[in-house]
Amino acid sequence: MSVVGQRVPRVDAREKVTGEARFVDDLAFPGMLYAAVVRSTEPRARILSMDLESVLSLPGVVAVAGPDDIPGGNNIPLILPGHPLLAPGETNFCGQALGLVGAETREAADLAAGLVRVEYEPRTPLLDPLDARLPGAPGLYGEDNTFGHHVVRRGDVERGFREAFLVVENTYHTPAQEHAYLEPQGAIAVPTPDLGIVVYGSMQCPFYVQRAIAHILGLPLGKVRIVQTTTGGAFGGKEDAPSEVGGQAAVLAWKTRRPVKLVYHREEDMHSMSKRHPAHIRYKTGVKEDGTLVAVEVQMTYDGGAFGTLSPVVLWRATVHAAGAYRCPNVRVDAWAVATNKEPSGAFRGFGAPQVLFAAESQMDEVAAKLGMDPLALRKHNILRTGDETATGQKLRSSVGSLQTIREASRASDYRTKRARWGKDRGPVRKGIGVSTINYGAGLGGLSPYLTRAGAFVQVHADGSALYAVGTTEMGQGMHTVLAQIVAEELGLRLDQVTATETDTSRVPDSGPTVASRATIMSGNALRDACARVRKNLWGVGASILGVPLHDVLGEGGVLYAGQKQDKSVAVEDVARECISRRVHLAAQGWFRAPKTSWDPKRGQGDAYMVYAWATNIAEVEVDLETGVVRLVRLTAAHDVGRAINPVGVEGQIEGGSLQGVGYALTEEVLRKDGRIINPDFSTYIIPTPSDAPEITPVIVESRFSKGPHGAKGFAEQPLMGVAPAVANAVYHATGLRIRELPLTPERLKKEMERSKR
Amino acid sequence: MYICLTVNGKPVNVTVHPGRRLVDVLRMDLGLTGTKIGCEQGECGACTVLLDGRAVNSCLVLMSQVEGREVLTIEGLTDDGELHALQQAFVDTGAVQCGFCSPGFLMSAYALLSRNPHPSRDEIVEAVTGNLCRCTGYRKIFQAIERVAGCVAARTEEQ
Ligand code: FES
Ligand code: FES
Repeated sequence: MSVVGQRVPRVDAREKVTGEARFVDDLAFPGMLYAAVVRSTEPRARILSMDLESVLSLPGVVAVAGPDDIPGGNNIPLILPGHPLLAPGETNFCGQALGLVGAETREAADLAAGLVRVEYEPRTPLLDPLDARLPGAPGLYGEDNTFGHHVVRRGDVERGFREAFLVVENTYHTPAQEHAYLEPQGAIAVPTPDLGIVVYGSMQCPFYVQRAIAHILGLPLGKVRIVQTTTGGAFGGKEDAPSEVGGQAAVLAWKTRRPVKLVYHREEDMHSMSKRHPAHIRYKTGVKEDGTLVAVEVQMTYDGGAFGTLSPVVLWRATVHAAGAYRCPNVRVDAWAVATNKEPSGAFRGFGAPQVLFAAESQMDEVAAKLGMDPLALRKHNILRTGDETATGQKLRSSVGSLQTIREASRASDYRTKRARWGKDRGPVRKGIGVSTINYGAGLGGLSPYLTRAGAFVQVHADGSALYAVGTTEMGQGMHTVLAQIVAEELGLRLDQVTATETDTSRVPDSGPTVASRATIMSGNALRDACARVRKNLWGVGASILGVPLHDVLGEGGVLYAGQKQDKSVAVEDVARECISRRVHLAAQGWFRAPKTSWDPKRGQGDAYMVYAWATNIAEVEVDLETGVVRLVRLTAAHDVGRAINPVGVEGQIEGGSLQGVGYALTEEVLRKDGRIINPDFSTYIIPTPSDAPEITPVIVESRFSKGPHGAKGFAEQPLMGVAPAVANAVYHATGLRIRELPLTPERLKKEMERSKR
Repeated sequence: MYICLTVNGKPVNVTVHPGRRLVDVLRMDLGLTGTKIGCEQGECGACTVLLDGRAVNSCLVLMSQVEGREVLTIEGLTDDGELHALQQAFVDTGAVQCGFCSPGFLMSAYALLSRNPHPSRDEIVEAVTGNLCRCTGYRKIFQAIERVAGCVAARTEEQ
């Protein structure tokens, strides 16, 4: 192996440090107009009138569009029906798009959009998700405001609790979290002369956007081409949302027959785009005297906001992960996602799991404290190992690095010494150390098996250099570096001989979304399939030049060798040239279907995911009892990733994901007044800054996954998922205060201090 | 309004509304799109450029304020296609993910190293604390700057 497993610099780093990389707002087309969106100022209201025409006379304004100007369907297709592109007659959240303005400059478009008069008849909004399913609640969706309901039924929880020596039951709350990708949402729609459209944009899922725009414009899919531009962070926030942004630009472009650019302002983005679902979780845990888990019961309500978007699948992942990373014979989970009058909740790194894992892992800590056990020992005692069954009845056959992550994190953080020494201070500043252990189901899983396929294209040129295309996207996570490494490895090339094209729906067949940490496994395997076909021809000619049978040929670093001894060799460059003169085909499509998963929705049982990643986080905090401020000093994050194809990239995912977890734990919280977000900017919605970053120690554990490319499994969501409970548990160790609501702000700590004194 | 300024070492004359933002003129009139817009409110640092050697948020600078002054953008950091040592260090250390914040961080770091070639970790953090990055967790960004600042060895080897 020459390239896979090496610490290589990102293939796209150079263009990003020189400023040459083209993000969507860096592109322009001749005759391009700028769009702005007219947005609702009411959480729930009938729209009596909207006077779009009045702004047409303003300087620079070229066109306006309302719901009636949408040529196809006024709906963003995804899972559930009823999500309009432009609100028809009624608005369901503050910030919802009502109309569009296109103008010669962005300033003119913004000015005009702000001057459009909208008359509302306000109606009582539904803001508390716990009210959504009560009789008499305002009806927002379906019969009972429910976007999804999932269950797990394993064993007999009543019996489990009867047998338990200790039962711990608590309620947990988690807030909406903003993605805060640094590049705001944006798209450019360009009508083509043959009555089609090309949409360029910042996005995760070009095939979703293609489907949405074909529907909105009433075009066949073949007339709609989507090109992903360099994407400045996504984290789930650009999974389904770009269908909306692109759809808006497309409607104006269609109407004016001119290219239209729509880039959201930060505040507009924060007001209207998806967030992590806020959650209310009731969690009951039963254990035997020795700490053995015997029953888990979870009831949780996820606030889906105004429209269903991805709520059903977010909720499903939450449900599958609800019982944590442990063996438990009796599990009962009931989960609901409900409608409220807020911006739609959606995908965000972890996809529903961080909420319930905060509860699950806080519970484990509390159980340990009540039993007088070390929390790490309790986890080791219960952790899922090879051969065990998960809460959904899935037998874990291989690639289970659970225990290893516990051991490695413990060692790297010097956990034992600190646990013994800390937590006894009496002064105003107290130190503590806390743990969480979690797992993460890689890929899309048993609920949407039809999506679990991916395509790829590989071509070798006359000089031996290779070009590839895939249907998944690079959004900063480092996919292209890993995929280029895989292509180089498969074809025996140097990394600098491999180039990727931008993801474009016209190059490879629909490959599903780039979510669920699936790009490495799915596109990696599809590329290996394509490379195998090309290699057969390329190396076949190489074999004839070398005078050995094909199976004796080895390739590495741009050279083919005749067998292990490497005494005879030929440069791939020369082989490729020979292929051209012999008219040998050096291009191929690849295809990959994920290993089978299964799901029985009635019992919530099945092989939910093809494989699981595992992680243990250990947080070290200092809590100032006078101010209530929690300072995270150090975080040790051990992750089982199967195989680190590029260790630098894996570390980057651990460090960056962990810091998002730190924000979720300590500062990030979307605040509202009467349904309207009151902190829609970076001075009031606080993501970690350079000064807030703790020392993060990434630890890579490799328990290989036989069906992953070179043993790799997806994991990049996992780093965010276990941080909040580790921090909360460290705060408990330091102070004895148990906070069950995120984030752990000074106000919440002080309130808990007051309460515990009483 | 007719305004003369220097951008990346070259004299530039533009006729613009004095109330336009420097970032827009750089990006739209001069085609220097390496400077990014993340918030338009001076909160994210994506638009950082050097104005007479000091790092500023170009989304907050109006054209009326730049007459006769010198602006350096990310495009000016590369010398005839050669990466500046800081840029190379960002590449080598893995300090770049989505890259949207990278030009801003590089300009803040460049300003720091121009006035203080051997900063401590604390000084580095201080100098870039107006720059937000949502992807990297900052660790590799600090390491990249330290690598150039000459205090590398100890910290990067420890991983
Ligand atoms: S765009 Fe200027 S600071 Fe954010
Ligand atoms: S690399 Fe994405 S914001 Fe910094």
